[in-house]
Amino acid sequence: MLTRFLLMGLDKKAGVLLAVLAVLAVAVPVMALAAPPDSPWHLSTHTVALLGKYLCFALLAVALDLVWGYVGILSLGHAAFFALGGYAMGMYLMRQIGPRGVYGHPVLPDFMVFLNWQELPWYWHGFDQFWFAALMVVAVPGVLAFAFGWFAFRSRVTGVYLSIITQALTFALMLAFFRNDMGFGGNNGLTDFKTILGFDIQAPETRVGLFVATVVALAAGYTLASCVVASKLGKVLVAVRDAESRVRFLGYETERYKLFAWTLSACMAGVAGALYVPQVGIINPSEFSAASSIEAVIWVAVGGRGTLAGAVLGAVLVNFGKSYFTAALPELWLFALGGLFVLVTLFLPKGLLGLAAQVKGRWPSGRAMAAKPAGQKGI
Amino acid sequence: MSAEDTLLYLDGVSVSFDGFRALNSLSLIIEPGEMRAIIGPNGAGKTTMMDVITGKTRPDTGTILFEGGTDLTALREAGIANLGIGRKFQRPTVFEMHTVWDNLELALKAPRRPLKTLTYSATRDDRARIEEILDITGLSPKRDRQAGSLSHGEKQWLEIGMLLAQDPKLLLVDEPVAGMTDAETEQTARLLKDIAGKHSVIVVEHDMAFVRELGVKVTVLHEGSVLAEGSLDAVSANQQVVDVYLGR
Repeated sequence: MLTRFLLMGLDKKAGVLLAVLAVLAVAVPVMALAAPPDSPWHLSTHTVALLGKYLCFALLAVALDLVWGYVGILSLGHAAFFALGGYAMGMYLMRQIGPRGVYGHPVLPDFMVFLNWQELPWYWHGFDQFWFAALMVVAVPGVLAFAFGWFAFRSRVTGVYLSIITQALTFALMLAFFRNDMGFGGNNGLTDFKTILGFDIQAPETRVGLFVATVVALAAGYTLASCVVASKLGKVLVAVRDAESRVRFLGYETERYKLFAWTLSACMAGVAGALYVPQVGIINPSEFSAASSIEAVIWVAVGGRGTLAGAVLGAVLVNFGKSYFTAALPELWLFALGGLFVLVTLFLPKGLLGLAAQVKGRWPSGRAMAAKPAGQKGI
Repeated sequence: MSAEDTLLYLDGVSVSFDGFRALNSLSLIIEPGEMRAIIGPNGAGKTTMMDVITGKTRPDTGTILFEGGTDLTALREAGIANLGIGRKFQRPTVFEMHTVWDNLELALKAPRRPLKTLTYSATRDDRARIEEILDITGLSPKRDRQAGSLSHGEKQWLEIGMLLAQDPKLLLVDEPVAGMTDAETEQTARLLKDIAGKHSVIVVEHDMAFVRELGVKVTVLHEGSVLAEGSLDAVSANQQVVDVYLGR
């Protein structure tokens, strides 16, 4: 049954993407570790981390596309799930520091010593175990999304109103995480990580390991999303997007379907956040900002909503553009991003992948026209 | 007749919207296997009646029982649909982005829970049933077309086909021939009569020629309650009905 499920989901688009990811998973480690540093093929640790970051964003974009592109839930708060996964990982990394912190406290992270806390808050227990942290990476965003979705979908909140409350959700979390007494490091967040699973987090080998883990996570997340949308459940999701009340009259509890996709999406976003944190070396409340969520929406829109592969493409391209712009013309980046969103909305409603499909669709008919004898009108 | 022997039993059902009584103590009984036409001027409460039966609107007062025992007022849309009440809307609503085949597959009687649909694959019986419905509705050549690209009449038939796939015990059909050509209207009447053998059907319609073609018992609604009931000839001869229709 699983094989059939997989076969159904893996179309040509998925094949291309998975092949590209497979190449990356081999080439990047080789170029980073085996190529000599002065070779033009060498990738610096910085570049590897940067690529890893793009792929984390790509996974977040796939998660967002699953709910926005296929169920029509425009989430303006998906960064919240990403950040929660990131915080869960960050807490594990903080516990890994152990007595090597600036204050040398055997258990308490530096910021708690600084705040004169005497003991570890209850919700920090267990995070010294990787398996527990890994579970929380999925469970915390998942449970929050389930609870949020349960109330929102039951109450039949849809459209703009739903978008606004997702935005409120992430904003509320940001305010909460900014507070020192929440116990998540306040506005400094969690940083100064030393090791992950015992490996030095700065070492090139660890960086490469994290990159490969990200590639695997993206491939798995993409495959899962792709299989879900290709299944009958996926067809129900699209039907909910296009005519929800009609789906109800067919006997489907649309709330359950939305809740399923929403929760799955939040879990995927959590994994993306967890892989992001060790690669950038910090997590702080600014990840919860409204802007991060909206940026994710732009990635999906640029790549092509409702295509999954487009989400990956959009996330990588826009973030590559961001890296370039913020180095070359930092003051212009936000204008460029805003302009990009306007242009895509106006001229590329289906994003870059939609454009590709359009060009491809036009090509054969163009050839057919050309093949007709001159002087004869088409049709 | 007691409520137990009926398929659908409405008693004293009232609904108000901002003081406007859309349904005013409406009582109606549909027997198993019956086909009934509901007519009435605009604002008589025809669509609201469908809404309260299918759970879209909750009545203020009154009883609605299905198969004599199930209280429909306590259920939501999906629950009511799963009991075996299907509905066709006035404006054809099919899933435009899906193919004709997928539309039928979504409607086909099968477990409706997310995890069941996630692992669903059409059995041979399912495919045979969909083929059969494609034949009945004449949509077989267009099975792989996106439903959005169908003509108005074809969308109506597809929606009727979806109801067939759903295999409900009771079918509510709202103005099935609105905006159809004469040939399409005839074809639709034939389709509905086909269905009527195995299912109970309530048809709301303005088109008198169509109602005559169906040749079934007619209920006339006016201002949210039943004005007259009987054969089309009988109600047409009813002075009150004539007054209502002529707006006197």
